[in-house]
This record gives sequence, C-alpha cells and structure tokens, in this order.
Amino acid sequence: MSASHTLLEVRDLAKHFTVTKGFPRPVTTTVRAVDGVGFVVARGEAFGLVGESGCGKSTAARAVLGLIPPDAGHVRFAEIDVTGARGSMLQQLRRRMQIVFQDPYSSLNPRRTIGQALTEPLGVHGLARGRAARERAIALLEEVGLPPSAYDRHPHEFSGGQRQRVGIARALSVEPELIVADEPVSALDVSVQAQVLLLLKDLQTRRGLAFVFVSHDLGVVRWFCSRVAVMYLGRIVETGSVSSVFGAPRHPYTRMLRDASPIPDPAIRGQLPRIVGEIPSAANPPAGCHFHPRCPRASDLCRTAFPEWRADGDGAVACHHPED
Amino acid sequence: MTDVALSEPRSSWRVMAGRLLSDPVTLAGVILCAIVLAGALLAPWLAPRDPLEQNIIDRLAGPGSEYLLGTDQFGRDVLSRLLWGARISLLVSFLSIASAVVVGGAIGMVSGYIGGRFDLVTMQVMDVLLSFPSLILGMIMVALLGSSVTNLIIAISLTAIAPFARIARAPVLVIKERAFIEAGRALGFSHLRILLVHVLPNIVTDLLVMGTLWMATAVRTEASLSFIGLGVKPPTPTWGGMMRDGFENILDSAWLCIWPGLAILVLVLGLNLVGDGLCDVTDPKANAQ
Amino acid sequence: MIAFIIRRLLASIPTLLAVLTLVFLLVRVVPGDPAIAILGDRATPETLAALRAELGLDRWIGAQYFDFLGHAILGDLGTSMVTHRPVWTEIAEALPHTIVLTLAAMAIGCLIGIPAGVWAALNRNGPVDVLTRLLSLLGLSFPVFVSGIFLLIVFALQLHLFPVIGNPRPGDWIDGLHKLVLPAVTLGVVMAAYVVRVTRSSMLQVLGEDYIRTARAKGVPRRAIIWRHGLSNALIPVVTVVGLYVGILIGNSVLTEIVFNRPGLGKVIVSALTKRDYTMLQGMMVIYCFLIVVVNLITDISYGFIDPRVKQ
Ligand SMILES: Nc1ncnc2c1ncn2[C@@H]1O[C@H](COP(=O)(O)OP(=O)(O)OP(=O)(O)O)[C@@H](O)[C@H]1O
Ligand code: SF4
Ligand SMILES: [Mg+2]
Repeated sequence: MSASHTLLEVRDLAKHFTVTKGFPRPVTTTVRAVDGVGFVVARGEAFGLVGESGCGKSTAARAVLGLIPPDAGHVRFAEIDVTGARGSMLQQLRRRMQIVFQDPYSSLNPRRTIGQALTEPLGVHGLARGRAARERAIALLEEVGLPPSAYDRHPHEFSGGQRQRVGIARALSVEPELIVADEPVSALDVSVQAQVLLLLKDLQTRRGLAFVFVSHDLGVVRWFCSRVAVMYLGRIVETGSVSSVFGAPRHPYTRMLRDASPIPDPAIRGQLPRIVGEIPSAANPPAGCHFHPRCPRASDLCRTAFPEWRADGDGAVACHHPED
Repeated sequence: MTDVALSEPRSSWRVMAGRLLSDPVTLAGVILCAIVLAGALLAPWLAPRDPLEQNIIDRLAGPGSEYLLGTDQFGRDVLSRLLWGARISLLVSFLSIASAVVVGGAIGMVSGYIGGRFDLVTMQVMDVLLSFPSLILGMIMVALLGSSVTNLIIAISLTAIAPFARIARAPVLVIKERAFIEAGRALGFSHLRILLVHVLPNIVTDLLVMGTLWMATAVRTEASLSFIGLGVKPPTPTWGGMMRDGFENILDSAWLCIWPGLAILVLVLGLNLVGDGLCDVTDPKANAQ
Repeated sequence: MIAFIIRRLLASIPTLLAVLTLVFLLVRVVPGDPAIAILGDRATPETLAALRAELGLDRWIGAQYFDFLGHAILGDLGTSMVTHRPVWTEIAEALPHTIVLTLAAMAIGCLIGIPAGVWAALNRNGPVDVLTRLLSLLGLSFPVFVSGIFLLIVFALQLHLFPVIGNPRPGDWIDGLHKLVLPAVTLGVVMAAYVVRVTRSSMLQVLGEDYIRTARAKGVPRRAIIWRHGLSNALIPVVTVVGLYVGILIGNSVLTEIVFNRPGLGKVIVSALTKRDYTMLQGMMVIYCFLIVVVNLITDISYGFIDPRVKQ
C-alpha cells in the first residue's frame, strides 16, 4: 500500500488503565486494555475491528481519535502525528476524523435541539453561521434520511435509529475523511440496524469515506468491511481481507468467533464453539498466548511463549499453530 | 442524581410553575416572599417616616395610631425601619448567595470535570470549609474584614461556597461520562464550551433550588451577624440590628424584638417554603412517590 | 472495631492539619494589619512595631506557620492579647458549659425529631405529615436568637417560669438544670426540625424496600416491622445528619449563649472578636475545628455500630 494511499496508520498502540479499588487495603491493578495494536486504513476503505466485549476495541478507537492519550505507540492520520498534535493542528485533525457512538441515547445532549447539535460544530470550525449553517444542517438531515422538521426538535422526540442518524449527521457536519464507528448499530433494534448500515454504506461510497468499524458482530463486519482485524485481550490476533479471515480463519479464536456468530448461510456455519472457561480479563491476562486457556489447539509452547506475528499473503496471524 | 441531572429539557417551565403554585404550601411561601420584596422595593413610599429620624420625646412609644408598630429607644419609627431593613436583608442574602452559586458552582463543576487528583484536593479543601460552623466563619470573616455591606456579602458567600461546590460537582461526575461530552471533544469543542454549553445547563436547576434554600440561611446569617453587632453599621436599619437594640430594652419594650423577629421569620420561612416546593417539583423521584 | 477506630483516627489527621492551615491563613491573609486593627489608626510606628514583634508578625510567614502548627499540636494556643491569660485556660473554663448545652440540645432534638419523623412517614401525605412538614420548616426558619428571645419573652417575662439571666450558680445543679431548659429548647427545636425531615425520608425509603415488604407479607406484626426492621435501618442517615448538624449547633450555641447570657465559648468568641484578640480567635478556631473533627469521628464510629457493613 503506497503512502499516499494510506489515511490512517496505527503502530504499537498501548493504553493501560490502573484501577485502585478497596478500602482498607487498596489493590491497584493494571488493565492492559490495548497492548500493542497496529493496523493501516486506506483512503475510502472500511476497516473492521472485531472482538468480544472488553477486549479493548473502544479504547483503541478513542486513542486513534486522540480522545485519550496512549501510553505507547503512535497514530498517524494523513502523515500527521495525532498523538503529538496540539492547538490548531489538533483542531484540524478533529475536523478530518469523526466518531459515531454506540449508544444513541447518551450521545446527544438531551437539552439541545437537533439543529443546535448540527450547527454547533459548523460554528466552532468556522464552516458556516446563521442561515448558511441552518441550510447545511437541513441538507445533512436530508442526507441521513430525516425530515427538515427534525431541526427544531429535541432528541427525546426521536427513536434510537433516528437519533443514530442525527449522530451520523453531526459527524458528517465537519466533512471528515474518516469515521470511527464504535458499534454504531449494536444498540439498535434488529429491524433498524439494516437501515442504518445501508445509510453508512451509502455514505461511504458517495462521500468516499474511510471507516474504522468497531463491532462484535461478525455478520455486520463481513457485510460492511473489506479488511478486518480480530482483537483478543488488547491485541490483534489475526488480520487480513474479510473473505480470507472469515472464509478460512487461521487463528483458533477467529474460528471460534466465526462459528459462534449467526451467519445466515447454514452451509458455512461450522460446529458450535467450544466454550472452555471464562473470558480471561485484561487485568490479568494468562501467560504465553492469552488465548491458550480456551484454545483447543493449545500446546505447552502456547502456555509459555507469546506467539509472534506471521505475515502470510495479505493477512497476518499471531499463533503458534495456525490452521491452514 | 443521574435522572435529575439529565432530565429531559425544559420539563416545560410553565408546567413546573403551574405545579409549584398548585401546592398551597409553596404558594404561601411565594406570597410571604412577595410581601417582603414589595416592602423592600416600595419602602420609600410605604414607610410613614424617615427610618433615621429621631424623636426623643416619643422614645419607646408603644404601637398605636401615631407609630403603627411603636418606636425604639431613639424614638425612631419601627415600621419604617422594618421596611428599609428588608432591603439590607434581601440585598445581602441575594448577592452573597448569587456569588456563592457562581464561585462554588464553578469550582465544583471544574473540579468534577477535571477529576483525578485535582478533584480530590479541591474537594478535601471544600470539606474542611464545610465542616467549619458557617456562622462562626462568617463572624470571623466580618471581624477581620471590617463590617460593610460588601464585606458582609463576601463573608456570607464564603460560608456557602463549599456546599454549592458539592452540589455542582455530583451531577458533573455523571454527565461527563456521557457520550455527548466525548462527541463534543471529538468535534473540537473547547473545554470551556463543553462546560458552559453542555454541562452547565444540566446542573442549573439543582443550583437554583439549593440557592433558594441557601438564601434563607443567608438571611438568618446576616440577621445573626447584625444581632451580634457584626453586621451593617448603625444607624442603617437592619432587622438583626433592630433585634439587638430591642433586646437591650426587652424588660419594658418587648415589641421591639417581636416585630423584627417576625419579619425575619416571614422572609426565611417564605424562602424555605419556596425552596422546599422547588425541590419536590424538580426531583423526579419525589414526584414519583 | 478497634482497627476501624484507629484507621479513622489516622484518617482525620490530614483533615485536622488542613483545618489548622486554613485557620492560620484566614487570620493572616485577610487584608489589614492586625496591629493597626488593635491599636487603631493613630498608633505611633514604634508602638505598632512593638506589638508586631510581640505577636510575632514581623517574622517570616513560614516561620510563623510552623511555630503556630507546632504549638497547636502540643496543645499550646498562646496567651490572650487582652486578658494575658493562657488561651487554653479561658477556653477550658467556658467549654463545659457549651458542651452541656449542645448535648442537651441534641437530646431534645432526637427525642422530638425521631418519633415525629416516624409518625409522619407512617401517615404519608396525611394531615400529620403535612403538619410535621410545616412545623419542621418553621423550626428551620427561626434564627436561634429570634426563637430564643421569643421563648424568653413568653416563658420568662410573661409567665415567669424561668429566670431571664441564664448564668447558673456554681455548684447548684438544680439551678443549673432549671436555667438550661430554655437555651436547650431553643437549640433543640432547630435540631428537631432537621431530624424530623431526615427521619421521615429515610423511613419512607426503608419502608419501601423489599425486605420490609417480604416481612409484611410473612405476617410479621406491623409494630415489629416499624421498630425492629424499619427504624434501625432508617436511623443510619439520621446519625450522619446529627453529626453534620453539630457544626451548626456549635455556631448556634454562640447566639443562644448571648441571648440567655450564659457562659460558654460563644461569649468568649464574641468578646475576642470585638476586642480583636487575635491569639484568642486563632485558639477558638482550633478548638472549634477539633470539636468538629472529634464529632465526625464519633459519628463514623457510631455508624459502625449501627451499620454492620462498616465494621468488616
Ligand atoms: N477509563 C477506564 N478505566 C479503567 N479501565 C477501563 C477504562 N476504560 C476501559 N477500561 C477497561 O479496559 C478494557 C477494555 O475496554 P473497552 O471499552 O475498550 O472494551 P470494548 O472492546 O470496547 O468492549 P465493549 O464491547 O464492551 O464496548 C475493559 O476491561 C475495561 O474495563
Ligand atoms: S498460540 Fe496456541 S494457544 Fe494461542 S491460539 Fe495459537 S494454538 Fe491456540
Ligand atoms: Mg466498546
């Protein structure tokens, strides 16, 4: 992938949280929420980030946007260092990448009208004011499939799906090149999910947007993304094109995820997953390969040594005994 | 707290005002406050005499047709002094609580928003302030600063800053975790904008309700300081000062204590009733009960 | 339990230090030169300088601070600038009177407030409840010097049931008790008003909890539910409020002591204020803060006794 083609480059990203709990004897634990994550997203590409709950997807997404400072690694957006950006440089970056949140209820300020939510960013970035801002906001509403009358209403007058459309319109208001969508449909009714996904897909092609699409739903990622990275306990364990990763998973965890996810076509659905043990916590990951307590292929090597990356074809996998 | 802080917008002020005034107890409070406010505003027209004018011949005259509520030891008209005294009470209590709301609210809001160690230290300091008896703090501040209306306002507001910092902080801790705050940051909004546009409107109601209740406390504190002799300097009429003068003549002219005492009571009770009613109306939990 | 008490004791040390620092700053940072405040504008530069030296005001502020802190920790609060007696002696003479008054007021407050609060909760929205709400708001609205003077007018001047002057004859405890009634009621009524409100709301909350409903469904008698299950749990927040209220009580005791002309910290602090006795004031503040820290400690510990979860 050539440099000019690359929009976002994440390398060795790490974010650890220390949590102190308990009185009289407080115990401090370090949660390695993100522990050395790297990936590249091309312009206009939809890149998926999948993994179980708590594996660090949201943390990675927030660090990519510079909303939390990472402990290590770096993020480059269009050749600009996101982690070191300050002032006007940061302000410019904020305009070029945006986020869509999972929860359409908490992502809109209940006291502000939809119009205020959409015009505020326009004002802050000096894109439009007054009447021009209003016109742009109404155009945005139309683009996401909401009537102009939504402009003067408050969020509580809308359904979850409609609110999510407002959230998307707000992200679009500053005309970003990249949208980080953190589980944008998983809080919505199944019937609404498809509509919102179609909207996002439509925007991607029409506006040439790049996406980092965070999800735990393989079906959705499979449909939406062209490339994907699978995360487990703060690390990426397998990456590659959607067809190769999900078509022929090489990492046992990827296989488990795929087999567990309801894929409409029964032909490609394998046997039920072997759930062995609980999901280990990122606060106390097991030694060696983090996945070994649940892995059907685990060997003694897996219990002691951490598997290195192995590139193969357009993808890569971190496993001592990958499937073929 | 979560629900209070993020209750849907404008639970319609009109609906709230309607509910407020439909409660007879709250309505009574509104009326009591209105009476005092009217007395203070209209003092120049309502007062039968100059509150400072001394008629030595008529000193300590009992209530009657000449002097409706009697005269004090200098022969000054008690009714006129009461009306003018209402101005000091309202002015000092309102301005001191208004500044405590602004300063305390800002401290609590910023402290909760920043969080971490800064928050810990700030709140520790506030707790220390909070644990100090506010009347004594007020007494000491006035004694050290000297008693003028401005210093009185500063002293009383100082005693109320800590509670408002606490009141403002609690909902901020909840609000700042909501995604719309992070959305604002992602959109490049400054912290100041996030605080003023997105956090403040969500806590303003709490602050106003507590402000009303605390104004009642401020009226009491101002009167108490004047009673001790640390309030606005004589001969300016203040209710606490009138009680102080009356107390010196309590054996033969008890009414000199009764009128200003009742005046203080009317204002404080009125404010408490309104504040209590506001609490009920704005707290969804209480409404549900 | 002992470990818990020790832990709380240790935890109150930083608070106490912070309070001492605040007291020190309050007295110094406030604009105005104490020496001028004491001697007046017309004092000569020589006498001013002499007074500053006597007060230690001419030294570096840090040295003053550590000096103050060190002495305060050792219990040495200095000498009064007016009476030239040790501050501690003056305070020790007055303190017992204030403590007796405060304890009596707390007792009255709880004896009236808790049963009334329970009664109101059991008759929610009924006439008793509304009446209690009104009365408690009325109680909260009285500045204590007003209620004190009103009580004085009614019970001492009109009915002659109690003496006007509250200074008890030393050694005569019946006389002491007699003269304590009005001041203690004055203070206790405000306290009762607070206690009623907290008891009511906490009782209402407890009565709505599942285990009470279960007990009721099981046929446990109503009386047992209220007293054994309800009240013991409802009292937890009440204890906190009583503890918090002690600060207000101490402040209000100043006014009560003035109105009833009783000896106590109130009279000491007012005379220190009017005479600008800075060392005395500083000492008083230290004592007040110390009292409050101690009360908070007691509150926490009694909390531990009532609420079994805290002990573990
Ligand atoms: N601010 C924080 N402080 C402490 N721990 C945190 C914080 N934020 C996240 N974590 C922890 O980091 C880990 C990863 O969290 P993250 O939200 O990134 O996971 P996720 O993959 O997005 O999960 P989900 O699918 O539930 O959204 C979790 O164990 C979480 O508890
Ligand atoms: S490294 Fe070993 S334990 Fe880890 S996934 Fe591969 S086979 Fe399983
Ligand atoms: Mg997440």
